[in-house]
Amino acid sequence: MSSSDYDPACLPDLLPLYYRRLFPFFQYYRWLNYGGVQKNYFQNREFSFTLKDDIYVRYQSFSTQNELEKEMQKMNPYKIDIGAIYSHRPNQHNTVKSGTFQALEKELVFDIDMTDYDDVRSCCSAADICSKCWTLMTIAIRVLDRALRDDFGFQHLLWVYSGRRGVHCWVCDEAARKLSVAARSAVAEYLSLVKGGEETVKKVVLTEPIHPFISASLSEVERYFKQYALKGQDILGRKESVNKVLALVPEDILFTVWLLTSVAYYYDTTSFLQHTAKKNQHFEKEIMLQYCYPRLDINVSKGVNHLLKSPFSVHPKTGRISVPMDVKELDTFDPFAVPTISLICEELDQPRTGEVGEKSEDIKENEKDAAEKRRMRDYKRTSLAKYVKYFDQFLDQMASSWKGELLRKSDLQKEF
Amino acid sequence: MQFSRRRKNHVANPQMELYGHALQFYGKPPLENISLTEFETFAVDRLKLLKIVESLGVSHVKLSEPYKHKLEYESKVLNLSHRLSTVRADEYEKRRKDHISHFILRLAYCQTEDLRRWFIQQEVDLFRYRFNDLYPEEKLEFLHINNLQYDRISAEEKENLKSELVNSSAVISGVVVEDQDFYKVPFQDALDLVRTRKVYLKAGYVYIPHQDIVAIVLNDFRTRLSKALALTARSLPAVHSDERLQPLLNHLSHAYVGQDYSNQKNVGKISLEHIDSLSGKSFPLCMRQLHQALRENHHLRHGGRMQYGLFLKGIGLSLEQALQFWRSEFIRGKVDADKFDKAYAYGIRHMFGKEGKRADYTPYSCMKVILSNPPSQGDHHGCPFRHSDPELLKQKLQFYKVSPSGVSQIMELVKGMHYQLACQKYFELTHNIDDTSFSLNHPNQYFVESQKVLSGGKDIKREKDPQSSQETAAARRSTPAQTTEPGTSQELTETTADLTPFFNDA
Repeated sequence: MSSSDYDPACLPDLLPLYYRRLFPFFQYYRWLNYGGVQKNYFQNREFSFTLKDDIYVRYQSFSTQNELEKEMQKMNPYKIDIGAIYSHRPNQHNTVKSGTFQALEKELVFDIDMTDYDDVRSCCSAADICSKCWTLMTIAIRVLDRALRDDFGFQHLLWVYSGRRGVHCWVCDEAARKLSVAARSAVAEYLSLVKGGEETVKKVVLTEPIHPFISASLSEVERYFKQYALKGQDILGRKESVNKVLALVPEDILFTVWLLTSVAYYYDTTSFLQHTAKKNQHFEKEIMLQYCYPRLDINVSKGVNHLLKSPFSVHPKTGRISVPMDVKELDTFDPFAVPTISLICEELDQPRTGEVGEKSEDIKENEKDAAEKRRMRDYKRTSLAKYVKYFDQFLDQMASSWKGELLRKSDLQKEF
Repeated sequence: MQFSRRRKNHVANPQMELYGHALQFYGKPPLENISLTEFETFAVDRLKLLKIVESLGVSHVKLSEPYKHKLEYESKVLNLSHRLSTVRADEYEKRRKDHISHFILRLAYCQTEDLRRWFIQQEVDLFRYRFNDLYPEEKLEFLHINNLQYDRISAEEKENLKSELVNSSAVISGVVVEDQDFYKVPFQDALDLVRTRKVYLKAGYVYIPHQDIVAIVLNDFRTRLSKALALTARSLPAVHSDERLQPLLNHLSHAYVGQDYSNQKNVGKISLEHIDSLSGKSFPLCMRQLHQALRENHHLRHGGRMQYGLFLKGIGLSLEQALQFWRSEFIRGKVDADKFDKAYAYGIRHMFGKEGKRADYTPYSCMKVILSNPPSQGDHHGCPFRHSDPELLKQKLQFYKVSPSGVSQIMELVKGMHYQLACQKYFELTHNIDDTSFSLNHPNQYFVESQKVLSGGKDIKREKDPQSSQETAAARRSTPAQTTEPGTSQELTETTADLTPFFNDA
């Protein structure tokens, strides 16, 4: 119901309201400041804004949370991107000697975009998504979340809905932020299994031995495959899609498959294919992976200076807010239920209905002024609340690692 | 003070201590004076070696028998082989040459991202080949000399991880797990193994058997070299102010690409209406494919826009023409004129050096197209001989009216990983000539040669046979060596001028 109310023409009116009363600046700054462990971390961070009429400005940077707020409220950006932490303040990069202005650190990021799956989804194409193909995103998140944690040892992952047709992952661990270009590209390649462009038919080829990463990823995919591909996408139900699947199967198996599919309507392919599969042929696994395994854009992950859409940015075409996603509730996440900017602005005008369990003692008292307190009460009245709460939890988890760092540093300087 | 007694007996030459091992990390720069002649010869020889490393890497599987065999042969010819010489004094000279030549090339190749990347890649490949060739004791000695220590895991942990370890690599069997020590190394220090998923990775650590320690060493080598080049780049202005060195360093850094088709002599000679027919007649297959995809979909993704856009620049499209070309095509698709001007025009101007850091990007060489940025879903760029499914490639060639025997010749070359030769064969078949007179390494070169054939006609058709053209090239190459004499900068300029034909020949 919320999506039909959004009209892109209203953005110029909605954005000022959003940035004045709803955008969670406190949490946002808390995140990007990373506990103040490293000097000038926030100040040297590049932001870029897309303003009205597609005007794009890069190398924006801010000294304090307050400055960030004021600028955003002044410019009312349609889109916000976050870039790297540089060696100098980005807004002064022209004054720096050429060659010495460099991108130093940034979160490790991943961008999964539904258009990259167009060759294997039948329900939608291009920018459209529906509940059937959304499962691809769920699978992608499960696979990558597991790999980044178990294989790479990363702990602080923020998954964000992009607002239209995909998801982003921000890996915020210190080790991740310090990765070189070569390291980022190695991580992205390790995570890539689907290879090839328009000219490649078979995009997944497995050889013995099957690496533990592939086995673990397959278990995640298998959990969803039957429901998603066989029922939802109905890959064996229509001639052209059956042919596409068959193009991936070795010829000697094809005869058997043809025989059987012309007689019965198969749902559980895995078991019958296993009967006929010869040793060292993993085509049933390859098919599942080609249809469901996450497709990453390596170029997004590789660059230290790459700019990526910011969480809590608005998507101008759909009006949806790029909200953080709680992986614990992943299976019930519905992209069509994500609040739009028009919805939450509307909710602001409604009288307070007394949110359950939300008290202002939850907020730290110290340096909050009245406007801040009011803003915090404001977003809590809207559908944005639960997403900001989840973001808070994410930040709390990271905060304990910052405390450790600060203690270590002050010990080194013997400051107590 | 009794230094002399402490010297190891087997080192007859005290200078050998400087080069205790045939291989090194090139941590310390040479501290001696050398003549300009040596400066040149050493640099040129090493560059030749690195170019050989590059071309062998494309046409052979690295570390396969033919690869090793050829590389060893060429290393010996250039006196840069890591294998022990029979005469001790020769061994010292060789290691010295290796050391000095590496550092000279650093000066030439530290200046841009592209140059650095190329240099690092070839040096890493060379190091990999040499290290791999060492005896186990020599490998241990290298690790020892360079203080490389890695964390060993306990037998218990090994036992617990046994099945994962065995499944993580084709070369690790149960026997290997039992017999060898395994080391736990942070994944950042083993990127090549991580990238190719040839190793077990858990909680940020890779588990490596002793026999594979080389990958770690390589990563170490690569990281050190990368940092060193960044530092070298900063001290470059001082080096460039030396007039004796500057011309040579410039020549060296342009040599590896040969012609880069970035000069704009032929701007405006192509008219947009001809592009469709040109694409069929004179474009290499990769560009023909991109052009077709653009016409069909009225769109190309970033990788395709870069590869094709820069190629068009190279054949002579001006910025205005390029903007018109892309705009008119994209408008037929889902992009409206406004959006094009805002989103895509910037990129095109960037390609022509009119935006951002104003770098005038050069069209991609075959090496670059084949080796970097492989295409994924929705992409049409890359090298069709390298990146297309063999079946689809065959169909495409048949569709473009290549004879069946021609198609199978091409597919043979593709199977052998000789992608540029396959493209050359495609050139021969589509232009109806027996032999190309050139060695293909750049899409724009294909275009230029094609235009020559189509306009010049008869005298180009039957070129002198490849044998004699190689001989003349070799003859030209040997001349510069004979004319080098040490001395004044005047002579050096003359000498470097003599080297020009060598570099342009590449």
